[in-house]
Amino acid sequence: MADIRNYTLNFGPQHPAAHGVLRMVLELDGEVVQRADPHIGLLHRGTEKLAEYKTFLQAVPYMDRLDYVSMMSNEHAYVMAIEKLLGLEVPIRAQYIRVLFDEITRVLNHLLWLGAHGLDIGAMTMFLYTFREREDLMDCYEAVSGARLHAAYYRPGGVYRDLPDTMPQYEAAKMKVHSAQAVADMNSNRQGSMLDFIEDFVRRFPACVDEYETLLTDNRIWKQRTVGIGVVTPERALALGLTGPMLRGSGVAWDLRKKQPYEVYDRLDFDIPVGVEGDCYDRYLVRMEEMRQSNRIIQQCVDWLRKNPGPVITDNHKVAPPSRVEMKQNMEELIHHFKLFTEGMHVPEGECYAAVEHPKGEFGIYLVSDGANKPYRLKIRAPGFTHMAAMDELARGHMIADVVALMGTFDIVFGEIDR
Amino acid sequence: MKLDILKQNLETVLGDKLAGISQRLNEITIEIRPAQWLEAAQTLRDHPDLRFEQLTDLCGMDYSAYGDGRWQGARFCVVTHLLSVSNNCRVRVKVFAADDDFPQVDSAIDIWPAANWFEREAFDLYGIIFTGHPDLRRLLTDYGFIGYPFRKDFPLSGNVEMRYDPEQRRVIYQPVSIEPRELTPRIVREENYGG
Repeated sequence: MADIRNYTLNFGPQHPAAHGVLRMVLELDGEVVQRADPHIGLLHRGTEKLAEYKTFLQAVPYMDRLDYVSMMSNEHAYVMAIEKLLGLEVPIRAQYIRVLFDEITRVLNHLLWLGAHGLDIGAMTMFLYTFREREDLMDCYEAVSGARLHAAYYRPGGVYRDLPDTMPQYEAAKMKVHSAQAVADMNSNRQGSMLDFIEDFVRRFPACVDEYETLLTDNRIWKQRTVGIGVVTPERALALGLTGPMLRGSGVAWDLRKKQPYEVYDRLDFDIPVGVEGDCYDRYLVRMEEMRQSNRIIQQCVDWLRKNPGPVITDNHKVAPPSRVEMKQNMEELIHHFKLFTEGMHVPEGECYAAVEHPKGEFGIYLVSDGANKPYRLKIRAPGFTHMAAMDELARGHMIADVVALMGTFDIVFGEIDR
Repeated sequence: MKLDILKQNLETVLGDKLAGISQRLNEITIEIRPAQWLEAAQTLRDHPDLRFEQLTDLCGMDYSAYGDGRWQGARFCVVTHLLSVSNNCRVRVKVFAADDDFPQVDSAIDIWPAANWFEREAFDLYGIIFTGHPDLRRLLTDYGFIGYPFRKDFPLSGNVEMRYDPEQRRVIYQPVSIEPRELTPRIVREENYGG
């Protein structure tokens, strides 16, 4: 028998379950974790400092690149902070569009989380299943903003433009392996407007979630890997700064959409699922139910948006650009356009904190302006940051393989943690 | 909880520990002197009228360039956002570090464990020392990084760049070769500019 039993193990930075770039130094006793020391910052780009050198509008696309699987939710918190400082009223239709896309983003995020979490702990099929549905939602992103990932769709004062009347189609000429008939079938739900397409998705989606659940919820291996792993008590979850599904999984019914409603969430009907045990399995169940609830919200937004046309961005041209037609015909609008895109808007002096219920937890923006055309200080409060900080406490006493399950349940994306 | 009630509660409970309180944009900001920060933090968490169980955010702040240099007062500040889940309210706490050359604030890690990484980050980016923090290492920047990158006197393009040197067959640091450029100048307009 050898005397030395303690190892120090480097987990990452190139490890498939590290969800990007994480180096974690694990101190082990046999296979049991004694201490976990995550070294983050390998993706640190200094977004907050960069934003100090950009006008308020130029910093919007940086927000997409924080949590790059829930792009629009990040933008949402940022534009909300600007609107709060400006005291700006957002048109009601824009608020509904924002909620619609926040929920689409939540489904997108949870689908990626489910696929990756499954893949990490051995349920490989999940990834293929969830990416099938993600594809449709990515097409919605593309249809509305032109980009599948980095949308830059939310703008201070509203959204960039109204929902399109057509959906992009698959082109038979570009499809090498599909027959013309197969392509026509793929395009069959893309003949109407974008709202028709989303409604079709909403109709199909609950059956898809059922399908995922048949693969996992009662699966013996899945339960062995998640039940009783990473248990957090409600008091400890609050003290550690956990938010979102991490907090609700421990049984704390806290959701900003209900408790501190923003946009039009107070007019919508949805439920907040909470867990009981506070382990990985409960957090899995919470997120699965959240997808179903998001689906309900999307349906309500679609119904409202069909009936109520209107402007989608404020008519205050100090903040939002005038339409192209007006800009070409009217001297004053031309000046507004020129000033907005050269100097940018001036946000009144002050500070504010705006938070949204991001798919991963509470995503907040602390914005300080000294009255200039650029932020004086922008602090991004990323949910994943506190979750990652809790890793040490949660991993102690678990096996190495459970660290991977914990990474999955945290829903780690390094874009937001490292900023 | 209504903001007015919260403001009243903060005033009565914290009493002379409160160095300033203001209410703007539906948010309450309080200022605490660095010497009384820990005591006040304990009260903020435990007092039945306040009960801020969660530390949402903690960040450093460098006021040296604020409003093109019209800032009077201490340069560094630690801004904490607290959330009370039981009372459903938030408060922002500002603690200005007394010494500009050696900014130092007590660590709140014993009161809110969530402060751990936030304080490491503020130390890394602003060089604020958190007394009592058990593990105050750099968090986001590179191993062996020199300087505090988020201070206003630190250039955006940094001081060093990294490249692979084929002769030495390793990655080396060298002074930056790019020049900082400013496409849109930063402008603070006087009040009521342009109506």
